[in-house]
Amino acid sequence: MKVIEVKRSIFENNDKDAASLREQLKGEKTFLLNLMSSPGSGKTSTLVPTVNELLKDYRVGVMEADIDSDVDAWTIADKTAAKVVQLHTGGMCHLDADMTRQGLKELGTEDVDIAILENVGNLVCPAEFDTGAVKNAMILSVPEGHDKPLKYPLIFTVCDALIINKIDVLPYFDFDMDKVKEYAWKRNPNLKIFPISAKTGEGMEAWYSWLKEEADKWMK
Amino acid sequence: MHELGIIIHISKTLKEVAEENEVTKIGSVTLEIGEVSGIVPEYLLDCWDYYRKKSDLLSESELRIETLPAVTMCENCKKTYPTVKFGRQCPYCKSDDTYLLTGNECSIKEMEAC
Repeated sequence: MKVIEVKRSIFENNDKDAASLREQLKGEKTFLLNLMSSPGSGKTSTLVPTVNELLKDYRVGVMEADIDSDVDAWTIADKTAAKVVQLHTGGMCHLDADMTRQGLKELGTEDVDIAILENVGNLVCPAEFDTGAVKNAMILSVPEGHDKPLKYPLIFTVCDALIINKIDVLPYFDFDMDKVKEYAWKRNPNLKIFPISAKTGEGMEAWYSWLKEEADKWMK
Repeated sequence: MHELGIIIHISKTLKEVAEENEVTKIGSVTLEIGEVSGIVPEYLLDCWDYYRKKSDLLSESELRIETLPAVTMCENCKKTYPTVKFGRQCPYCKSDDTYLLTGNECSIKEMEAC
């Protein structure tokens, strides 16, 4: 036996896969958004109007990742005209770049301008693995509380956009909007923050504009 | 359970390193894991025991984990302190303006192989 110095990050293998996937997407002019959040924050109900808005100008594909079931894929297929595939992670709590590549293959990116990956509902593990997405967004909903950037700092650090959902129920919760912004910007000063209600439609325009701008930049 | 995902990625990297060094059997692998990296060493070892049996290269290998301490730096008073004990707020000047100096590491340090 000899000792071999390795000195490599545990995530190096995934980071390489992610970088090559991004390069491929650039060549194909496909924009990939990775959407993360905890379970029940409203990822699917935010996606439905978002996808319908995007469909006015873009060809959209959605990948729903869950440990089991296909309820989310059915919802998207039922309420939008986007292409949709359901990915099962087989017990895994996150998607990595290789699984994302397989999902995109299944989806077929040749006729998709904007692909959206709805990651497994979890604020911890998905943040550790680069999926190869062009931009990362997360949803935090009002009932979860404004202290989440303190408790799960990594996900707030890796995201480009933070959607604060369910602002229609703000009067019923001790959720401090200024505090959540302060905590989140402390972890990530470049984070774009969009307070919305997927239910009433409030604040959605700003989120749509950001997403379209980023997609246009990528596809140029 | 992101530990299993991590083990799968480690094994891919080890496969590459083994090919580069022309070795076919790994006896041990040493990881350096920061105290606040979010990785649970016990789970990692369990996942390793399950996953190593899937390849000849790793089937008889042992996983060793070296834990690196987490240290936070205070921007306000420029002192450092142990992160796990005191968290985000500086114990000396009570400032919240702090950042993690070390403790987030997750890397493969070395392996024994033939």
